[in-house]
Amino acid sequence: MDRGAHPDTWVVVPLFNEAAVIGDVVRGVRAEFAHVVCVDDGSTDGSGDLAREAGAKVVRHPVNLGQGAALQTGIEYALSRPGARYVVTFDADGQHQVSDALDMLERARTEDLAAVFGSRFLSERVEAGLVRRVVLRLAVWFTRQSTGMRLTDAHNGLRVVRADAASRIRLRQDGMAHASEIVLHIGRTGLPWAEHPVHVLYTDYSRGKGQSSLNSVNILVDLVFR
Amino acid sequence: MNPDGTPVSSGITLIQVLLILGIVGVALLLNRTTADSRHQAIRRLLLLGFVVAAVVSVTFPSVLSRLAGFVGVGRGTDLLLYALVIAFLSFIATSLRRTRQLTARITVLARELALAQARIEDGELRLQNPPPPDDPDPTP
Repeated sequence: MDRGAHPDTWVVVPLFNEAAVIGDVVRGVRAEFAHVVCVDDGSTDGSGDLAREAGAKVVRHPVNLGQGAALQTGIEYALSRPGARYVVTFDADGQHQVSDALDMLERARTEDLAAVFGSRFLSERVEAGLVRRVVLRLAVWFTRQSTGMRLTDAHNGLRVVRADAASRIRLRQDGMAHASEIVLHIGRTGLPWAEHPVHVLYTDYSRGKGQSSLNSVNILVDLVFR
Repeated sequence: MNPDGTPVSSGITLIQVLLILGIVGVALLLNRTTADSRHQAIRRLLLLGFVVAAVVSVTFPSVLSRLAGFVGVGRGTDLLLYALVIAFLSFIATSLRRTRQLTARITVLARELALAQARIEDGELRLQNPPPPDDPDPTP
């Protein structure tokens, strides 16, 4: 019964070597959303097959290109599907809650928003460490300078984007600095958007393999010298 | 060439021959790369200038030293080193730009490939399990 839920929505999951969790993540999303597309970004651990077994449509990059490139591919695939009206971006490492995605989609529908960005810092439940918080705040500041959009959390992977806004996204940063690009491209459309408080789970798993604090340096450098 | 810039006494030495051969070889190699015609013409002119300057500085080392003195650098070898540093940096800059262009092309290519593959899979799935005619959403 749940399989038919939200037929006008595609959940885009950029996927790179997450074999340990991707099955559960896809099953969790599939419980609420009929359409899930995982962009397997050249994984070498069989993540793509696990995602397919869990019920996701898998689009596979022949080589590893980076998360930004995977997102762009997933968005283009989703928009090519008949009847696609909303695109939800969702990280593969299990740090997002499906219930948050549902709330954000509901909000986009009822308030007629072109984009709803998830934010860790609108909710009380922030579990990020000090270095990560400082870097995320810096990214927020930079996004604000370059886009004029007052977001509290520019680097959150959970977003709901309506098709008309999603079709304007052209990510050129293949790596991790794409988050600010998405904000920038949506901001340029002039369409209404909002932030929604979400809870991000920093599990040992995501801490172990997610963006390390050193990688945050890369994000900042990519942003400044693009 | 002599470090102090004095001309070599016994005419042309072996190192001068080797260096000139190397310069000509590099020039030929660089000339083979193709780009759009205007850039290519500019690059060929620059290359010609480089070859002339290189051959002159190898044949008459004192010219390089006098040039160095003229621009306020102590020795000809130092001038050569500075020129080399600049040439190296500009090489890094151009190759970085080329790498970026190449990466962008690979991204576009890989994406097209992935999406084409997905379209094929979707088409096959639909052929295997044709949806009922009234199904509003035939996506698997």
